[in-house]
Amino acid sequence: MVENKWNINYSNTHIIPCKFDYYEPKSLEEAIEILSKYGSDAKILAGGTDLLILIKMGVLKPRCIVNIKKISNLYGIREHGDQLIIGALTKLRTLEKSKVIKENFTALYEAVKSMASVQIRNMATIGGNLCNASPAADTAPPLMVFNASLKVVGLNGEKIIPITRFFKGPKRTILKHDEILTEIILSCPSNRTGSAFIKIARTAMDLAKVNIAVKLVIGEDNVIEDVAVALGSVAPTPIRAFSVEEYLHGKIFSEEIALEASKLVVKDISPITDARSTAEYRRYISKVITYEALVKAFKRAKWR
Amino acid sequence: MINTRIHFKLNGRYVDIDVEPNELLINVLREKLELTGTKYGCGIGECGACTVLVDGEPVLSCLLLAVDVNGKEVITIEGLDRDQGLNTIQKAFLEEGAIQCGYCIPGFILVAKKLLDENPNPSIEEIIDYIRGNLCRCTGYVNILRAIIKASKEYKNDF
Repeated sequence: MVENKWNINYSNTHIIPCKFDYYEPKSLEEAIEILSKYGSDAKILAGGTDLLILIKMGVLKPRCIVNIKKISNLYGIREHGDQLIIGALTKLRTLEKSKVIKENFTALYEAVKSMASVQIRNMATIGGNLCNASPAADTAPPLMVFNASLKVVGLNGEKIIPITRFFKGPKRTILKHDEILTEIILSCPSNRTGSAFIKIARTAMDLAKVNIAVKLVIGEDNVIEDVAVALGSVAPTPIRAFSVEEYLHGKIFSEEIALEASKLVVKDISPITDARSTAEYRRYISKVITYEALVKAFKRAKWR
Repeated sequence: MINTRIHFKLNGRYVDIDVEPNELLINVLREKLELTGTKYGCGIGECGACTVLVDGEPVLSCLLLAVDVNGKEVITIEGLDRDQGLNTIQKAFLEEGAIQCGYCIPGFILVAKKLLDENPNPSIEEIIDYIRGNLCRCTGYVNILRAIIKASKEYKNDF
């Protein structure tokens, strides 16, 4: 085989070149039972837009595929008190069309809208985007700035964890073999909240070189009451930019302050050079989009 | 791995067929059902040549297991051409010279159909955004855009 430094696709992707035991569980309990039986030999199939590519390319050879698409209570967006609960199997396209998301979680809307193509967004799920745990996952930074919690169900019952604790490294999460991510839980933001998402990528179809989400809560006289900044593709996992946040907290918002804050983002990130970009460019452009996203989020907070 | 019998509506007619769990929809369509209008491009979700409509939504048949369309409705490019001949979008593509080698065109036409079903008067920006998952290596997209704009003026949902 040719040396395959940049993961160029040299394999026959016209077929799925391996056989596997196949299950279509109708309930979560049934799915967990199968998963615990097969352990690390089983893979969960949701949208399939990452998993099937990896299998086609020979990166993964699972002995068992658990297609969870038949578990109906993992779908949909519903409001529950002041919380918004998104089922893990909700398609990106459904999120993009949701009015609640567009109005209250604008950064998440912009992130989803920027992802791949209509065809992929009709297949790919938000849970899959998180569980695939790419450092460049576009839904992760917006969910981080909105302090999303994730509900995980496994053999030992269910638990709810903050999204900041979910990722462990590139392609690695805290999920055990018998655990399934079932829900993404968001608290509805107050008025005077503004958010924005910006992604730098080569073409609209590409994964991000860098992506960023910002959430600002602006009080009387433009005081920054709350601020959250998260970036993707600049560290082993999506990260919060705490230096930027600390600098801004309690200050009066101005473009000068935003510019000063954006320079601090390099303290929070640790980018590498890979097929998509260089570490140097990522450091530079992170500052630029931090500033732009702050200004954009501020304008939205004021206009609500 | 055991064969599964699936039952789905394909271009207006019901189909029952045995498939293996690792079979992709595109291979069932092309090899078992002999509908070769759906094309195989990159195989990794970049090019859109294998686009089909499942329950009216454009999806990639090369990244979809055939077992997943059980009970659903699938429309391929062959499903647009009925007794009355080519539909408005297909005619517009011909008239505007939007087709050169033609390999990507089934995908483009199905995506354009969904776009016009959803939004009968799309702006140029909206069209460009909607077809960003379909690659064409011949035309440079100008004539394809022109064809979709032309079709939007004459389009009514004729399927």
